[in-house]
Parts: sequence; structure tokens; C-alpha cells
Amino acid sequence: MESKMAMTKKTAYETVSEHGLSYWLVLAVLAAVTGIGFLAAYYMEHNGHYVTGMNNQIVWGLPHVFAIFLIIAASGALNVASVGSVFGKVEYKPLGRLSGLLAMCLLVGGLGVLVLDLGRPDRLITAMTYFNMKSIFTWNILLYTGFLGVVGLYMMTMFIKSWGQYTKAAGTAAFIWRFVLTTGTGSIFGFLVARQGYDAAILAPLFIAASLSIGTAIYMLVLMWIYKSTGRDLGDEVMTRLKRLNAVLAVATLFFVAVYHLTNLYITQHHGVQGFILVSGSVYTYLFWLGQVLLGTLVPVALFWSPSFTGRSSITAGALLIILGGFSMLYVVIIGGQAYPMDLISGMQVTSSFYDGEIARYTPSLPELLLGLGGVAFAVLATLFVVKVLPFVPQSLADQSEA
Amino acid sequence: MSQVKVEFHQADLSKRKLLKAASLGGAALAVAPGIKLFQAAHAKPDGQPVTDKNRWGLLIDVNRCADGCNDCVDACQTENGWGSGSTDEQNSRDDQKAQWIRKVSVKDPQTRREFNMPVMCQHCENPPCQDVCPTGASFQREDGISMVDRHICIGCRYCMMACPYKARSFVHEALSDQRAHQPRGKGCVESCTLCAHRVDKGKIPACVESCQHGAMLFGDLNDPQSPISTKLASIPSRQLREDLKLNTGVRYTGI
Ligand code: SF4
Ligand code: SF4
Repeated sequence: MESKMAMTKKTAYETVSEHGLSYWLVLAVLAAVTGIGFLAAYYMEHNGHYVTGMNNQIVWGLPHVFAIFLIIAASGALNVASVGSVFGKVEYKPLGRLSGLLAMCLLVGGLGVLVLDLGRPDRLITAMTYFNMKSIFTWNILLYTGFLGVVGLYMMTMFIKSWGQYTKAAGTAAFIWRFVLTTGTGSIFGFLVARQGYDAAILAPLFIAASLSIGTAIYMLVLMWIYKSTGRDLGDEVMTRLKRLNAVLAVATLFFVAVYHLTNLYITQHHGVQGFILVSGSVYTYLFWLGQVLLGTLVPVALFWSPSFTGRSSITAGALLIILGGFSMLYVVIIGGQAYPMDLISGMQVTSSFYDGEIARYTPSLPELLLGLGGVAFAVLATLFVVKVLPFVPQSLADQSEA
Repeated sequence: MSQVKVEFHQADLSKRKLLKAASLGGAALAVAPGIKLFQAAHAKPDGQPVTDKNRWGLLIDVNRCADGCNDCVDACQTENGWGSGSTDEQNSRDDQKAQWIRKVSVKDPQTRREFNMPVMCQHCENPPCQDVCPTGASFQREDGISMVDRHICIGCRYCMMACPYKARSFVHEALSDQRAHQPRGKGCVESCTLCAHRVDKGKIPACVESCQHGAMLFGDLNDPQSPISTKLASIPSRQLREDLKLNTGVRYTGI
């Protein structure tokens, strides 16, 4: 307790101002990408979805991959704060504020992409006033909004001195909320009983593990970048701790991925879709083995864990690869799961003008990509901007031994 | 089997025959054993409110569904203003165009038996589309017909993800050439309404009426005396994906 108090007191937070032109330049680029994302959304809404690669077989395309990526990344980004205030790891405490901020910004970015890809985004009010409480989607909307509220309160307990005593309680609430949120997001797919690729309870824990891994990777990138561009001290102790944590989370994700595929292989009915993803040679097979397993998990785990890689550039590379792996995973689950045809009559071959019995084709279009990137840019832009106006980032994160 | 076919045929033509028979003084009514034709007409009397007293359904005999025939699909397009029934959806790719009903060709790889069947919204009693819809736009009428309320559909397409039969289509562009009774619109999801607008006027769905082969029978599943109910009680029939236990209103025989 003593040391914890001392630690908290020692951390001085300051708004980010001691940077050069490059910070502004990055903000400008992010703002431009966000703007282009909005234009792309307008273009798709104005014309209708015919200008996208989506169709009546692949109804959720690239924007959904981005949106769900950002949403689960949001829940994972809060991890660093949770470790600090819920599990009482003092070393993580100074990292908490940025963690909460990043979580909120990522979530808003993800929700933005989700809403702008609706057929009728103009009916957002309808979506918020007509609730079908039976729908897991409705629950997710409530979970997402609630997440912003709970994390917002949690942040305030960190900022307002007299509220400090509630940090642990608020942090615990946010911690639980986050798990429910990711479970809910995973369940969006778990509820699709008719689709063989999704019919599995394991998707929820898989999403949780993946979210922690992706969120930590994004956190590391943002943290490193802010400190580098402002010339503040960021010690190796902090980074080593974070990258080790990320390695463990990446391995945990891979474990759930293995369980997911193995249990599905056990269910005879699901052999088809598993073969399609794992061995058929489709784009999803490559994304799975190359993107998700090799580049997205094994290589970054080696980069994070092996003593032969010590520099910041290996952490940057590892974190980027974790992000690539997470994105590949969601692409395989979301698009690959839809591409594999549903069984209409078991054991029979079916064909029709509506592509029954066929692998559905999908080529993402440029506007879809731009909308997705716009969501990512917005999340980072908002984070980098807020740390300029509010004291979210510790003055120094130099190693304890040096300090 | 031959008797099954005969009865299907009569039930199918029931409406027109009934009118004809009525004008003949009703003398020639007892055509088929077991079916009384004035019951075979079994659509809802015009103007009556929609209630859960009825549950409308279809029985499709795949043995009668003819190879190469597309009459039911054409009739639906004309009736509801999609596909060839409208000048819309010119920009959409083939895989983006709406299809409320489609002919599916089925082949058993083991026996090499082949057959056809029309597939449309199966009007599930426990519809997954409705369970997932965030706004409640996917809804079910008291009489079991599943529909989309186009005023509150936000176009999230979750219902399309959930429907096991790919019964739903998303409208990928702005439309202008529509039927007054069947508004459709960009950014919303739509599907077979079992011709609710016709059923409410005491008529049978356009697809059923158009079938020359007597492969489709429409009627009230709640009424044990209705031709569709007596038929279902006497011959083997199946639901598509019966493993999902959705209790579909559309049943198939001969699969
Ligand atoms: S067939 Fe599909 S669209 Fe029709 S009620 Fe069932 S789930 Fe809904
Ligand atoms: S697309 Fe429309 S009808 Fe379908 S789930 Fe979404 S809001 Fe409901």
C-alpha cells in the first residue's frame, strides 16, 4: 500500500506539447484519412451498396471487419488500465489513463464504421428508439454505449483527486463490462445457428483473447509514438513488460483458435467449412496460415520473446504483425464464414440462380477500404488530439533504476 | 402416390374451379375423395382482421415441380415488382439483385436422383431473422406471415446472416418502378410476404396461382379441415433444415 501511494504520487501527467511539426503533420494526415472515410461512406450511401463488393451472399463486408476489429481492440486496449487498478500492479498504474482514452476512441471509431455501413444510417434514431430486446445486436448497442459511460467514469476517478478512492471499484466495473462486451461481440456470430462456420461457443473466449492481444499491440504502438515524438523518456522496463504480456496473449489466442478448429473438425457436419478454411487453397486458407498463424502470431511472439530482439523497432514490427494477424482472423471468420454455402438439404447437391451450394465471391471495393481506414484514423486522431489538451500521459516513464 | 398428385392438382385449381363450380350450381363438387372443394378455397375472406386463428402455409410437392419451369418465380416478380417485374436494379450486379423466390435444383450424389423446388421465405414459427433484428423491423403477423417493416429497417443485414434459407435480399440501389401495394427501397431488406396483400383480400399467393403443375398448395395450417392440413396429415412431408426446429410454414413433400 505504501509503495502504491508513493508511486501514484510520483507520476506526473502532462499534456503533450513538447513536440515538433511532425506531430501536427501526423494529426493532419489522420484528419484527412478520416475525412476521406466519411466521403467514402457518403458515396456508398448515396449510390446504394451496389458500388461495393458486398452482395446478397456476402452481406457483411470489409467495413464490418474493420468495425469489429476496432470494437474488440477497444476492449483490449483497456487491459493495461485494468492490470494497474484491478490487479494492483503498480508498475502499470501510470499507463492507465492513456489505456482508457485509447479504448474509448477505438470504440467510437468502430461504431462509426458500423453505423455508416448500415443500409439506412439516417435511421440511427430509429435504431435507438425501437429496441428488440431479444436481439443480441440490441444488447451490443447497449453494451457499447455503456462501455463509454463506465470507462468515462473510470477515467474521472483517475483525474479527480477526491474520487481517487473509487478508482478500483470503477476499474473493476469497467473490467467486467469489457469482458461482457467482447463476449457479446463474439456472440453476434455465435447466434447464427444456421451457419456452420459460426455455430460455436468457443467464439466468445476466442474474441476475448484476441481482443486483449490486439488492444495491447495498438497500445504499445501509440505509447511508443507519443513518447518518441515528444522526446519523453520511455524505459525498457515498461516496454519489456508490455511486449511479454502481448506475447502471452497472442499465444492464448492461438490456443483458442486451435480449440475452435479442432472442436469443429470433431463435428462431422462442420468438416466442409473447416476444410474450406484450412486446406482448400482459397484466399481464406492463405489468410489463416500466413496472416493469422505465421505472420500474425508466431513471428511477433518470437520478436517479443527472444532475447536476440531488443530494440524498439522489433517491438513496432511485432505489434504491427499482431494487428495484421487479428485483422486476418476477423476477415477469415466474418467473410470466410459467409462465403461457405449453407446446407439446405443435408447430403444433397444444390444449385440455383441465387448461388445456392456455391462458394460466394467477394472482392472488397475501394470505398469499403477507405471507410474502414477512416475509422482507424479517427480513433488514433482522437487519442493523439486529446492527449494534447488533457493530461493523459505521464511526464516520464523512465526505468525505475534510472529515476 | 397418384392420388396425392390428383389432390394437389385440385387444391391448386380450387379457387378458379370453385367459382366455376359455383356458377354451375355446385353439382360437380365432389371431384376428389377426401376433399371438399368449398374448403379447398381456403383463403381468408376479404376484410377480416389478421388473427392467430389462421396460420398460413404452403405445401410443395417436389415431384410435380417441373424441370425448366419458372412460372412461380415469374409470377412473383410481376406481382411484387422485382426482377423482370420491374425496370429497377439496373446497376446492381447479378449477385446483388433481389430474389424473393428461386428455383433450386437438387441432386442426390449417391442415387443421382434429381428434382427441383421453389425456395422462398419459409415463414418460420420461430424465425431467427426476428430474434436477431435490433429494431423489430423483422416481424411476424398473427397469422404466421414473416415480413419486414420497411419503415424501421435500418439495413443492418443481421437478419440475412441469421436466415438459414437465404430467403432475404438487400436492396443495393435506389428504386422507382414499384408496385403500390409492395413498397421496396434502397438500403432495406425484403423477402417473400406470402402475398399478404392478396391473402388479406381472400386470394391465394401469386406463385401458387401460377403453378400449372399443381406443385404448390396454400392454406391454413391451423384449420385441421383445410386441404393443406389434411394433406400434411396423410402424406410424409419435411421442413428444410428441420434440425433447426424452426417449425416452418412452408413444407415439402417428395424430398
Ligand atoms: S425463412 Fe428466413 S426470412 Fe423467412 S421467417 Fe424464416 S428466418 Fe425469417
Ligand atoms: S436489416 Fe432490417 S429487418 Fe434485417 S435485422 Fe436489420 S433492421 Fe431488422
